[in-house]
Formats: sequence, structure tokens, C-alpha cells
Amino acid sequence: MPAFLSPELGLIFWQLVIFLLVLFLLAKFAWKPILLALKEREDSIEGALRMADQAKLEMQQLKAGNEKLLTDARLERDRMMQEATQMANQHREAEKARATAEANTIIQQAREAIQQEKNAALAEVKNTAAKLSLDIAERILRRELADPAAQTQLVDSYLKDVKLN
Amino acid sequence: MKRLLSILLCFVSLSVFANEPAGEGAKAEGFNPGEMILHHIGDSHEWHWLATDNGNFTTYLPIIAYRPGKGLSVFSSKHISNGESEGPAKEYDGLKLDHEKLVSTDGSKVYDFSITKNIAALIGSAVLMLVIFTAVASGYRKNHGRAPKGIQSFFEPIIVFIRDEVAKKNIGPKYERYMPYLLTVFFFIWFNNLLGLTPGAANLSGNIAVTMVLAVLTLIITLASSNKYYWAHIFATPGVPKPLLPIMIIVEVIGIFTKPFSLMIRLFANITAGHIVVLSFISLVFIFKSWAVAPVTLAFGLFINVLELLVALLQAFIFTLLTSMYIGGAVEEHHDADLQIGYNEDGTAPHAAH
Repeated sequence: MPAFLSPELGLIFWQLVIFLLVLFLLAKFAWKPILLALKEREDSIEGALRMADQAKLEMQQLKAGNEKLLTDARLERDRMMQEATQMANQHREAEKARATAEANTIIQQAREAIQQEKNAALAEVKNTAAKLSLDIAERILRRELADPAAQTQLVDSYLKDVKLN
Repeated sequence: MKRLLSILLCFVSLSVFANEPAGEGAKAEGFNPGEMILHHIGDSHEWHWLATDNGNFTTYLPIIAYRPGKGLSVFSSKHISNGESEGPAKEYDGLKLDHEKLVSTDGSKVYDFSITKNIAALIGSAVLMLVIFTAVASGYRKNHGRAPKGIQSFFEPIIVFIRDEVAKKNIGPKYERYMPYLLTVFFFIWFNNLLGLTPGAANLSGNIAVTMVLAVLTLIITLASSNKYYWAHIFATPGVPKPLLPIMIIVEVIGIFTKPFSLMIRLFANITAGHIVVLSFISLVFIFKSWAVAPVTLAFGLFINVLELLVALLQAFIFTLLTSMYIGGAVEEHHDADLQIGYNEDGTAPHAAH
């Protein structure tokens, strides 16, 4: 067997000793802190990503909530406006009806009062006319027997009196 | 090799053939590419950086030898190294080098624990890994919970890839226990593959002793974390008729060992083969002794080298992937998933025969 195919005892010994020493030292002072730091960093990155996702989701929820709130407020406002308009209309109608009714009553009353006054005035006119007629007739009848000229003068004077009245 | 060379010769211009009597001339000069390549992919007791006309630049590494009876002897390889020169092997303290193998002069048994070139490279890469990954870890302390910076941001995707695509997918929920081993093995192989490609460096991850240790560690971890389903699958393979079970048990038991064995061979062969191909292209210059082959050598050498950069990463990934698959097979809870075709009327799984 050629020399380079046969393992040398010395090299096996030193290789084993030095390799195990390197393995031990690297495991303790290099691989352990490196792998730990890598894991920690990966965990922290993953945590940060997860948190960002969650924040995004929350934001979306918040936004959706806001929109809903806004829509609700808008609907509420519309409803309130409509209600107010309706109420105002009702109020106005009622007021109008009431005013009309009142006006009608007043007119009715006025009409009745006028009628009464008119009746009263007509009655008085009738009475006065009758009385005056009677007076004139009485005076005429009293003077007629004395003097016809005086009678006419008397009627004129009486008529003058009536006018003055 | 010969086929490769003949293919390459087709690319070399005819004038080269006219001027140079090709292969035979080089052999006469004493250049043996096979020997050179084997020397480069093998281990050695000194670190030979480069050679110039004025001499060799070599770092002599410590020899640590244990001999039963004589005890431990430690000295510099300067005392027994011949360097590049030929001649009788130098002797020191009753030890000498025979083709880079430490033997005693009296023929008694020697246990060689020397810090060879490969082991020096191993220590170097271990220190490099410790420095780099403690720096990465300190980045996580400093930028706690923030984006990565600098060297940290280079290694983070790789670590995350090994965790998510290799460990989590193949092992399942229990992957965390195995992460340190998987990461260490991945970066150890990758770093050493890349370091092995630098000129003058050692061929550590292409050494069978190194890949053997890694494969055995994978085997031990697999067996240590195995559950009853794993063993049930081996000793009572579901869906196999009873008379066939003895054969199946043998096959499955062999399978336990062939898996890490394939890991060992795959890494070793891939890295060593890459080195051999690169060195072969470089050898062409010395074989033909002509500048005319330089473009070919450069082009192919560069191509293979870039390919090797990819292979360096790929082999580290494959080793880690297969290791996590073997561990995943050992820790899997429902090993008889293929039998659960029909469910009982009350929604419970049928009792599988095992």
C-alpha cells in the first residue's frame, strides 16, 4: 500500500486531540453565542413582524369602526332633520288650522253683532220715523184750522227742524 | 496519467516536438514527476517552503518519538533531515528518516508523534478558526439584536445555511445538539481545503488519517445518538421476509461502517486528486523543459485550481450534509414510515411488524 494511503498514527492522534479541542472551544466560545444570538434576533424580527401585522389589523378595524360611526352619525342626522321638518310642518299646519278656526269664529261673531246692531238701528229708525210722523201729523192737524198760509209755513218750519235734527 | 499527458501533447505546438525529444529527455535528467507529486501530497518532518539556486528555505519541525523501553525523545528534525540532498540518512538518538518515515536504527518499534508539516498546518488552521469565529461571536455581542457587520456578515449566511438547509432538514427537531459538530466539521474541512491549495502549504484535508478521524467521529456521534428505530431497522428491516433476515442483517451492519468509510475516502480522494492534477500540470514544464508549454500549464493549472476552490467548498458541504443525514437516520422517530400506507378506521397507525 502506498504511503499516502496508510494513515499515520501520529497524525491520527494529533488530529483527534486538536480537532476535539477546536470543537470544544468553538462550541463554547463561538457556536453557542452565535446560534443563540441568531435565534434571538430571528425571534425578535418575527415578533416585530407579528406585532406590525396585528397593528395593521387593529388599524383596519379602527378605520372600519370610524366609518361605521360616521355612517351612523350621518343617518342619525338625516333622521333628525327629517323628524324636525316633519314636526315643523305638523306644527305649522296645526297653527294654521287653529288660526283659521279662530278667524272664522271672530268673523261669525262680528257678523252676528253687525246683524244685531243693524236690526237695532232699523228698529230705532222705524220708531223715530213713526214718532216723527206722528208729531208732524199732530202739529199739522193742530194748525190747519187757523190759516192755510200759516199751515204751509208751519210745515216748512217743522221740516226745517227735522233737517236740523 | 499517460492518457492525460497524451491529450495534453495534442495541445502543445508542433515546434515543441521538433525542438524537444519530449518525455525521455526529462527522465534522463532525474526529474521524476510521480515521486515529486507523492512527496508533495504526503507528509514530511520539515516544512520546505521553496528552493532557489542559493539554497532551500526550510522550517525544521520538532520530532517527538516514543519508543517502548527508551521513553520519549524530542529534538529538532534538523538533526536527521537530509533536506533535498541525496545520500545516506542522517542518524540522531538512534532514529533516522526512511522516506519521511521515522524508524529506529536498531529496527525496534517507534511511535511517531512528531509535529509534522501536516500537524503544524493543523495547529495553524485550528488557531485561525478560533481567531475568526471568536471574532464573529464577538460581533454578535457587540451588535446585539442588530444587523451583522464585517466578518460577521460574511459568515452569518453560511452558518444559517448549515443550520436551516443541512441540519434542520436532515436531522429534524433535535438538530440543535449537533450544530457545534456540523459547523466545526464544515469550516474545518473548508478552511483546510483552501489552505491546502496555497503554494507551499500542507495537504491536510487530503490526508487519509485526517479524514479517517472525522469519519470515525461521525460514526461515533451517529451510534451514540441512535434510537431503537435505527437498530430495529438494522436487525429487523421492515418488509423483509424472515428467511432473508440473516443476509439483510449482515448487509445493514456492514452499511453502518461503509457510510463513514465513504466519507473518509470521498474527502481524501477528492482533495488529493485535485492536488495531483495541479501538480501534474506544473510538472509538464519540467518534463518538456520548454517555455512553450507554459501557456498550457498556466491555463490548465489555473482552471483546475479554480475548480479546486469550488471542490473545497463542495466537499466540506457534502461531508457535513452526509453527516447530518446519517445522524438524522439515527435519531428519526418513525423509521417505518414506508409501512404506514393504510390507517385503521379509528385513525391510528397500524401496528408495523417489527
